[in-house]
Amino acid sequence: MLAQQLLNGLVVGSTYALFALGFTLMFGVLGVINLVYGFYLSLGAFIALFATQAGLSIWLALPAAALTTGVIAVVLDGLLLTPLRKAKAPELSSLMVTLGGTLFLYSLANLLFSTDIRRFPVGVVDATAYDIAGMRVSMTQLLIMGAVVVMVSALLFVMRGTRLGLGLRAMAERPDTAELMGVDSASLVRLVSLICGTLAGACGVLIGLNYNAIQPYMGEVMMLKGFAVIILGGLGDIRGALIGGLLIGMLETLTAGYIASTWKDAVGFVVLVLTLWIRPSGLFGRLAAKRA
Amino acid sequence: MSAARLSLTHLTIRFGGLAAVDDVSLSVAPGTVHGLIGPNGAGKTTVFNLVSGLLAPSSGTIMLDGKEIEALPSWSRAGLGLARTFQNIRMFAQMTALETVMTGMHLRMKAGPVASILRMGRFRTEESAARDRAYEILDLVGLSQSAQLRSGDLPYGDQRRLEIARALALEPRLLLLDEPAAGMNPSETQQLEDLLGRLKQQGYTILLVEHDMHFVMRLCDEITVLNFGRKIAEGRPEAVRSNPQVIEAYLGTRVAKSLAGGS
Amino acid sequence: MPEFVLPEVIDDFLFTYQNLVYSLGIHGLLALSMYVVLAVGQLSLGQAAFMGLGAYASALLTLKLGWSLPAALAGAMLIPAAAALIIGSPTLRLSGVYLALATIGLGEVQRLAFVNSDFTGGALGLSGIPTKAGLVSIYGSLLVALVLLVLVARSKIGRAMEAMREDELAAGALGINLPAYKLGALVASAMLAGLAGGLNAHVSSFISPNDYGFDAAVTILSFALLGGLGSPFAPILGAVILTLLPEVLRSLANYRGLVSGSIIVIAVMFMPRGLLIWRMGRIGVSSRRPS
Ligand SMILES: Nc1ncnc2c1ncn2[C@@H]1O[C@H](COP(=O)(O)OP(=O)(O)O)[C@@H](O)[C@H]1O
Ligand SMILES: [Mg+2]
Repeated sequence: MLAQQLLNGLVVGSTYALFALGFTLMFGVLGVINLVYGFYLSLGAFIALFATQAGLSIWLALPAAALTTGVIAVVLDGLLLTPLRKAKAPELSSLMVTLGGTLFLYSLANLLFSTDIRRFPVGVVDATAYDIAGMRVSMTQLLIMGAVVVMVSALLFVMRGTRLGLGLRAMAERPDTAELMGVDSASLVRLVSLICGTLAGACGVLIGLNYNAIQPYMGEVMMLKGFAVIILGGLGDIRGALIGGLLIGMLETLTAGYIASTWKDAVGFVVLVLTLWIRPSGLFGRLAAKRA
Repeated sequence: MSAARLSLTHLTIRFGGLAAVDDVSLSVAPGTVHGLIGPNGAGKTTVFNLVSGLLAPSSGTIMLDGKEIEALPSWSRAGLGLARTFQNIRMFAQMTALETVMTGMHLRMKAGPVASILRMGRFRTEESAARDRAYEILDLVGLSQSAQLRSGDLPYGDQRRLEIARALALEPRLLLLDEPAAGMNPSETQQLEDLLGRLKQQGYTILLVEHDMHFVMRLCDEITVLNFGRKIAEGRPEAVRSNPQVIEAYLGTRVAKSLAGGS
Repeated sequence: MPEFVLPEVIDDFLFTYQNLVYSLGIHGLLALSMYVVLAVGQLSLGQAAFMGLGAYASALLTLKLGWSLPAALAGAMLIPAAAALIIGSPTLRLSGVYLALATIGLGEVQRLAFVNSDFTGGALGLSGIPTKAGLVSIYGSLLVALVLLVLVARSKIGRAMEAMREDELAAGALGINLPAYKLGALVASAMLAGLAGGLNAHVSSFISPNDYGFDAAVTILSFALLGGLGSPFAPILGAVILTLLPEVLRSLANYRGLVSGSIIVIAVMFMPRGLLIWRMGRIGVSSRRPS
């Protein structure tokens, strides 16, 4: 039983890791907490839903929804955050703008789509399940883990092994110096938004598949877990987001299995507050040094 | 040595691979103006940030009046008599100049929330004393005409002087000035030099970062030169300006000419 | 003593618009609670949660223990203050982002706790709360809070708060104890929000666990951002406008989220000082030089 729990936790946790990855990357490189990020998750799920309803296979719908979300993320970042970036506004201003944007977008989605739970058309979610060493693994779970592994590896490769990654890391360290080094920050900002939006969109599709339930506010719940993951892992730390995501996913499944499923959604918050008390920099993070 | 107002020993801070301040030791005697110079990026502002507590050193110690302070937060250091200005001006833009200076007296004012809310006599006396003192300080820096203007609306040179006034309001034992003449025109620079001269006469101890070499040479009793985070020279102004390493460090910059021209 | 009788017109008006009049006062208190945190340059998104804690605390105190209204309201202030200490203290030496992130989650967790506990009435919430609060307690609280904040603003505390908001590093370098001020502001703001919650519970007689979530938190923020932070009057103005707006324009009522959301975006981007840009002086005596 425990093994099955842990496996389910791993699947859930890998979606959290994927989600938190984009979130933390955005903070690490762009220096803002973008709360609209959670909405991208809902957006990705809805686009995939409509795409599959229109007859697209999930193999096409997943990347299409992810990329479309990425493009929308670039546009929204340009509208909401670029002006503040130019004015060198304090970080809390950006946070507030994205907060207002989030409320606006969710309310809009609520008006357009209502909060009814929608499901993928029959046949999209592959219900086949396999028996592996006494554990039940569904095709969807395999798809989720496969997709997460592919995307995380691709991202790690970009960050560690390419010139682009070097530029991104330079931006994360010292935005002003990076610019002096010839890094074109405006296009990097767009690129990061694209990558992060794509990750969140993909994550939305995967979560939609996992529970086969899609509704506008699914991103909001996820957002709270995302905070817990990135604070546990250390703000801006990629490795931390991955490990933190898996940990919280498993803790949640264990809580649901051994305590009560109603308390599952409190796990993230408890972890967050404990982290702040015990180790505020998180598992791997450094607290951002202040500059004069 | 123990009589030093400020002493840094083997002070080092690394950002990633870069040692922005590398094994720097120096000591500032009470009542002197001590210059800290060096080309852009030499680590001068970083030294200020370390001393005032905005950054924590990787190693080394910082002593103010013989007391180790490197573990204290910036506000506690202010309580021990440390005040500073900033290279990139940091104004409380919406406040009037008068309020800005009164904010600098924060630690000297004792009336707590209860006294303030009840508007007790103690509170009123203290507020009016602080206001009067703030006018005196504004007089000293030549800004009392602008007392009621918004700090953020003042011309650039006035904002620099207001920062000094705000720091003076702390009645500091050590005043750190980071490029106070930057962006000033020649007459403003002259006024500033007069002001610093007066402060020196009144017995203030100052650690001064400045690029205007004439200014530095005339004011300072002692100069420390940094380059790439390391101390490359130290001594009296005449000795420093003719030090070949210093001239080399500044080679190709505007400062080089004024160093050469003065000797 | 002759009984004091309200003129009939006013009486009628109050009867028709009773809920609106109560809401205005309660929203005013909430706006002030937001103002106190923003005034030191921090962002708390836990104001709705603090309000909820206050509402539940005071309701339970009157329902289960039979406490009087003032005693229950004191409880409504102390419980959220404790929550603020637990969540806020570890974030005070960190960047402001941490407090914002830590408080966002509070509302959801508290909802879970209220929904899943029989003691708090579960998903149905609590009903039958004695309606002991009214015009006097609501507007009295608002007036006291307002006067206190105005007096505090015109003292060294007000100067320190504004300095922190304008430039935290420079404020710290002047000796202002940043964590102490941040914690003080957060606790005071939690108490104000809790008080608002307690009063609300005791005029509406019914509270539900779902009223104190993300949307409510963001709406409270929009009060303060619309009004501004130049003086404590500004956030109240914001609350009044945003409470009356949906009443005047009935068609707006369904679009509250859209309105609050866009107001925040517009306020931060285009009018960072809010509608009431007048800034109150920060000196406790005349600022003129005695001749
Ligand atoms: N917080 C920081 N993080 C990383 N590098 C820094 C930081 N502060 C300063 N530096 C680097 O340290 C070096 C010294 O900078 P600074 O002290 O500002 O020089 P100066 O004031 O002498 O012109 C520069 O290379 C600068 O980029
Ligand atoms: Mg400098």
